[in-house]
Amino acid sequence: MTDPRTVTGPGTDPHADADRLREAGPDPLLDIRDLRVSFPGKGWRARRVEVLKGVSLDIRPGETVGLVGESGSGKSTIGRAVLGLVPVAGGSIHFDGERVDVASRRRRRRLSRDIQVVFQDPYTSLNPSLLIGDTLAEPLLAHGVTAEDARTRVADLLDRVALPHDAVHRLPREFSGGQRQRVAIARALAISPRLIVCDEPVSALDLTTQRTVMDLLLEIQERTGVAYLFVSHDLSVVRALSHRVAVIHRGEIVEYGGAEQVTTDPEHPYTQRLLLSAPVADPGRQRRRRAEYERRFHADAN
Amino acid sequence: MSTSVTPSTPSTPSTPGTAVTSPTAPTGPKRRSGTARRFLTSPQALGASLVLAAVVVLVVFAPLFTAHDPNAADLKDAFGAPGGGHLLGFDSSGRDVWSRLLHGGRNTLGGALLAVAVALAVGVPTGLAAGYYGGWFDSVSNWWVNLVMALPAMVVLLATRAVLGTTVWVLMVVLGVLVAPGFYRLVRGTVAAMRGELYVDAARVFGLRDSRIIVRHVLVVVRAPVIIQGALVAGMAIGLQAGLEFLGIGSGDLPTWGAMLNEAFTNIQRAPVFMLWPGLALGLTSAALVLLAASLRDVLEDRGTAPATGRGARRLGADAPTTLDSAGERADLLSVRDLAVTYTLADGSSREVVHGVDLDVRRGEVLGLVGESGSGKTQTAFSVLGLLPEGGRVSRGSILLDGTEVVGSAEKEMRNLRGDTVAYVPQEPMSNLDPAFTIGDHLTEPLRVKLGLSRTQARARALDLLRQVEIPDPERTFRSHPHQISGGMAQRVLIAGAISCDPDLLVADEPTTALDVTVQAEVLGLLRRLQAERGMGVLLVTHNLGVVADLCDRVAVMRQGRIVEVGTTEQILRDPQEDYTRGLLDAVLDDTPAREPWQPREAAQ
Repeated sequence: MTDPRTVTGPGTDPHADADRLREAGPDPLLDIRDLRVSFPGKGWRARRVEVLKGVSLDIRPGETVGLVGESGSGKSTIGRAVLGLVPVAGGSIHFDGERVDVASRRRRRRLSRDIQVVFQDPYTSLNPSLLIGDTLAEPLLAHGVTAEDARTRVADLLDRVALPHDAVHRLPREFSGGQRQRVAIARALAISPRLIVCDEPVSALDLTTQRTVMDLLLEIQERTGVAYLFVSHDLSVVRALSHRVAVIHRGEIVEYGGAEQVTTDPEHPYTQRLLLSAPVADPGRQRRRRAEYERRFHADAN
Repeated sequence: MSTSVTPSTPSTPSTPGTAVTSPTAPTGPKRRSGTARRFLTSPQALGASLVLAAVVVLVVFAPLFTAHDPNAADLKDAFGAPGGGHLLGFDSSGRDVWSRLLHGGRNTLGGALLAVAVALAVGVPTGLAAGYYGGWFDSVSNWWVNLVMALPAMVVLLATRAVLGTTVWVLMVVLGVLVAPGFYRLVRGTVAAMRGELYVDAARVFGLRDSRIIVRHVLVVVRAPVIIQGALVAGMAIGLQAGLEFLGIGSGDLPTWGAMLNEAFTNIQRAPVFMLWPGLALGLTSAALVLLAASLRDVLEDRGTAPATGRGARRLGADAPTTLDSAGERADLLSVRDLAVTYTLADGSSREVVHGVDLDVRRGEVLGLVGESGSGKTQTAFSVLGLLPEGGRVSRGSILLDGTEVVGSAEKEMRNLRGDTVAYVPQEPMSNLDPAFTIGDHLTEPLRVKLGLSRTQARARALDLLRQVEIPDPERTFRSHPHQISGGMAQRVLIAGAISCDPDLLVADEPTTALDVTVQAEVLGLLRRLQAERGMGVLLVTHNLGVVADLCDRVAVMRQGRIVEVGTTEQILRDPQEDYTRGLLDAVLDDTPAREPWQPREAAQ
């Protein structure tokens, strides 16, 4: 790493064995600095629309950083920039000390061994005309695994996400949303990445399914030490899964800190509003919460 | 690190793995045959394929079916009658008609095949590249395509013949180039549309080369439309080629169906039957190709018409007792008894997705109908509105709406109820507004039709409604088109429309699910205020128990087409009696502790 920066936050454990700590690396696995992304405006010679206005974020190995915001806030764009799916207008993205936002197509392909993705919509993120087995084998074959080895690896992957082995012969449409999302997770795990960008992976799922998929993500992280960039609009999902939480509003991170602090005692008014807006499933508590919400955000309106 | 989101395994029945074992799920090896079987069971497809196959076999193996040289002329046989191994007799030059028909078919079909092959070779790769990469190649190729399409095909073919000679093959190559834009546009359009699909993004993230992505993911999608278009173009090429040759523009000495028509036409007075054979061959082949294309489209592009809730129709182990409501008397505003909804599937079988539901909404009461996807909650709500999607019908039970029986009533009666007795707020605000009309049009139309207001009255009323749903600048919103307003605004507009005729019952189907959480809070506040002010009854369909806690007086929990539990919101959310309800509540993340701070992996273990 050419740029020896110190890590902020509670990452360095003074009691840990010094050698081991160096092995784990005090340096972040993913380091986003002042990231800017803009899209062409609508119409001829329209001004570019700035979606990300200088976002900085870091993720350490095995860590989950939750990124929460509303639609249009730019939260998904951060994930897509990390994956190289949108052009970066400014700032930098380092992965494991290597600058990746300017990576060539070829290097990008190599990088896919380390950075993977699980998208929101389990209905469109799997090719409807490919068998599950082919979908899962695809990243393996792309990275030079032989067809024979791929077959055993696919069976192993299905085990890991608790899907039956005969799933390989089926099409995505034969599965429920939660099962498809398991397939998508298995696909992301296929080549043992070190970072998975999870773009609203549980938002399209039923409550109970959402929980089992969240447990699966946690279990995989504990077993493999993969890091997650977890993008969601749901503060409670992010809170349960993330070590640290970043709140993004209109292309800027307005609050960034430990999950407990950001999701129970937020400092920024926008985060406070997000927190109070989500109704809780208890009539009494919700009544108080609503009263608090009205008091805070409608006092000036009336 | 060893935190788990789920404190204990939730005792919900919908654990993963169950949905796969639906009785109708086809098993792997049989899957591919599904398409083929559907294709072969269609009489049109089967007939067209048989005719086409017969023509192809006859033509390809022509020497096996006729012993005569198609060009062997003997003037003494001219206009000779059939007989003696000459199935169809002789033509004006004394050549065997049957033999000329078969050998001519070779040239005709071969020519058409050549034209299609050229069109595919030119149109498909360029279309793929233009659609996938876009950019300058797309612009340049579009220019070219527009240019080629602007050329009159007949004139170009005539010019080609003058310059390059009379061989049918050259003409067919040129024809192929002329029809290639059709393939180009088809492929480009399909590919450009799927370019944004997540699974293409995913493939890129997996490090696949573009060439591989195109072959694996893109070609599969364009395959079906290209095959269909190919069959149509082949039919067209046969017709065009015959037309040219009939006009005498084609290869004189090569036997083709068009050339035979041309010859027959010169002798039409003497032997009109000569027109019949090539005409029949051309007609049969072209018709077979067009019908085949139509059947292929039906089979390949049919995505099935099973209802979205179809997978909810799994059998329950034990029949859950129906509701607490059923014992009591029926509510005055909405009373549903023993409602069953059945869908007729594409294969003609039927499937019941709602099995005997009882529900009651009293005046001024908010009833939450909760359940997971496929539980039948939306089907129940649509039954109340009389708006079940195509294929669905109320197969049993009774729905009393303000004292009127809805089940079995005529569409006209139902229409009378909608608007001022029952109104609807949908889940997706944007897709429920017609982009061609302004917000004002949307709001004034029902006021004028339903309440008979004049244009100015309706306008004043609509602006008032917009004010009531707390839209900051009603005048401007009134003039706006749907794409100019946000999703939250659109939902307010739809709520304004729903309350415009002062309904007694509002059916709201996941009214805030598509909205951001801060917007949701505002819309929930609005719904609560409007409901209280107007004393409306509300049937609120939702999966969000927080929304239920916020808005509802009573809750009905639905699972797999049945109501499993009904009670006041307090009862259901604080002290649920059914395991299923408990499982739903366990899955709520409200009280899940935040995750512990991160520690280096080794240090943590």
